[in-house]
Amino acid sequence: MEKFTTHTGVGVPLRRNNVDTDQIIPAVYLKRVTRTGFEDALFAAWRGDPSFVLNQEAYSSGSVLVAGADFGTGSSREHAVWALKDYGFKAVLAPRFADIFRGNSGKQGLLAAQVAQEDIELIWKILESEPGTEVTVDLEARTVICGDVVAQFQIDDYTRWRLMEGLDDIGLTLEHESEISDFEAQRQPWRPKTLPAKHLPAVEIEAARPVG
Amino acid sequence: MAGTLAEKVWQDHVVRKGADGVPDLLYIDLHLVHEVTSPQAFEGLRLTGRTVRRPDLTLATEDHNTPTLDIDLPIADLTSRTQIDTLRNNAKEFGVRLHSLGDADQGIVHQVGPQLGLTMPGLTVVCGDSHTSTHGAFGALAFGIGTSEVEHVLATQTLPLAPFKTMAITVDGDLPPGATSKDIILAIIAKIGTGGGQGYVLEYRGEAIRRLSMEARMTICNMSIEAGARAGMIAPDQTTFDYLEGRPHAPEGADWDTAVEYWKTLRSDDDATFDAEVVLQASDLEPFITWGTNPGQGLPLSANVPVPEEIGDDNERTTAERAIEYMGLVPGTPLRDIHVDTVFIGSCTNGRIEDLRSVAKVVKGRKKADDVRVLVVPASARVRLQAEAEGLDRIFLDFGAEWRNAGCSMCLGMNPDQLKPGERAASTSNRNFEGRQGKGGRTHLVSPLVAAATAIRGTLSSLADLDLGEETDLTSFDGTPLAPLDPRLQVQV
Ligand code: SF4
Repeated sequence: MEKFTTHTGVGVPLRRNNVDTDQIIPAVYLKRVTRTGFEDALFAAWRGDPSFVLNQEAYSSGSVLVAGADFGTGSSREHAVWALKDYGFKAVLAPRFADIFRGNSGKQGLLAAQVAQEDIELIWKILESEPGTEVTVDLEARTVICGDVVAQFQIDDYTRWRLMEGLDDIGLTLEHESEISDFEAQRQPWRPKTLPAKHLPAVEIEAARPVG
Repeated sequence: MAGTLAEKVWQDHVVRKGADGVPDLLYIDLHLVHEVTSPQAFEGLRLTGRTVRRPDLTLATEDHNTPTLDIDLPIADLTSRTQIDTLRNNAKEFGVRLHSLGDADQGIVHQVGPQLGLTMPGLTVVCGDSHTSTHGAFGALAFGIGTSEVEHVLATQTLPLAPFKTMAITVDGDLPPGATSKDIILAIIAKIGTGGGQGYVLEYRGEAIRRLSMEARMTICNMSIEAGARAGMIAPDQTTFDYLEGRPHAPEGADWDTAVEYWKTLRSDDDATFDAEVVLQASDLEPFITWGTNPGQGLPLSANVPVPEEIGDDNERTTAERAIEYMGLVPGTPLRDIHVDTVFIGSCTNGRIEDLRSVAKVVKGRKKADDVRVLVVPASARVRLQAEAEGLDRIFLDFGAEWRNAGCSMCLGMNPDQLKPGERAASTSNRNFEGRQGKGGRTHLVSPLVAAATAIRGTLSSLADLDLGEETDLTSFDGTPLAPLDPRLQVQV
């Protein structure tokens, strides 16, 4: 994971609340099995509309998305974060994020910065009146700067530290492997195991056919 | 110290206590895997040369992409086939147990865990799917995770997590006939909003919840995520133990007794404090449906499509305007007058045997409305077999419905079961987002009983709109336990 300290790039005003992950990336794109190449899938349902913000020249190279409240609600698909990253977004600003989305972002190096609604409104106004304006996100100072607006954002200390250090989660956990083994040694025997598999009798399943 | 149910389960799984903003490291008892959110996780393991730490605590099934027709033929859609083949290869390479299409234990991951007796009280259960909250109905702490976390659990069987807040949702009183657990949860979401549960584990309690069957409880916990919550839980009781006993993976002999003794301690202490509390009267509830494009936009069936001009809050008004436009509705129209093209009965919310039984009870001996397509998709192959053993499939076919193989199907339209642009559905699933059931498709979330009545009349309807006659027995429609799915049942096909 790359280290994140500050980033400056074109801000994209997405004036919508409740942008759920089905909007960020529709389910049909989840069929891929790779980890990259999702840029074409981002906001796919909206991209057909010429007036959609990313279809406007000035915003198309945007890297800081400025969205309304409850961004990333709905399905847990991490593809939403990959699509944003593959498109080139480095940070998303919103007054409130869905928990799973925020968690996924932190793990992938996408900064989900919680900015007060009033500040989002101010930033929207600037970005809309002067398309192409750049936004600077300073993770160290926890500030966003856009034109003459300087706003604080919230992010938990742990995610911030990991983003700044560019640390991989699994490696961090495996430093405590012996503690995991100790815990396992004490687990009660009634807790279930999937192997060896216990089954009900095997039965032949007949395929359903179209009716009518 | 007094604790809530969620706190107790959490405490029992802390491998390493965090401090100063560092999250706790939590042990995971059961990791469920499906084909959509796992390929990149396995790819990550391969890239870093890691293995699956505990294949014996991991279970995979194919559900999201699987076709519901002609399952004996190769999957026509190439990308779907690739995803499923990838899971099969990964399961083989990493030694993970997999229930594939055509296997009697294949089905939606949230049905397969419980029906095998793997989901039990006091566990931590995770899956790369937000509706993992379903398993909380057993008193497990169960929540959806993203693909990086899937990789993390595969590699370490743990997850670093910051503690959740807790919310008690008490549902007092008795459900009126014709209302179900689906109506309870839709009413809760309409009340607290799609963001109302954010950061919380919801604990459902109260008389009305206690009276629900295991499957009805699963419907409620399933949709906790639609209120934004991380998880939903219900304290285990005799109903839970009865459901579990005798299932293939349920503890046996002395282990069973020890387990039950421990499970009985899994309830919120009387003096435990919740970070938030919500109270609802079950007797006030009636069949609930959604009119908009998020699960919080729900109203009783007797209401009308909202009139945006009457909504004070600016944000809410614009959201409502947008939803009404997408849904192709006219403000002020009685919800009962809305005509649907498709009725979908299935999904991890309402595709279980009790759901199918209650629908069958309503539609038996009737014909569906002419211009409505009715799709019945059991949640798992085992549910399908049981339904067929009970003759429910005949009832559906005679009614004019299609009877399909198990899977997620039209809940999210990753397989060929999709709505066409502009098509309107009454669906027993859990999400009415734009395009969720197919690009341009319009979804009204409903209970199985409303789905059945709607299939008969062609417009959104409840049992009250039907002339049910004397002989139809309505007593089990209020969510009281019907005969549980018997795992030991030998099915003759
Ligand atoms: S049935 Fe729907 S909600 Fe449930 S797991 Fe499948 S896609 Fe997700």
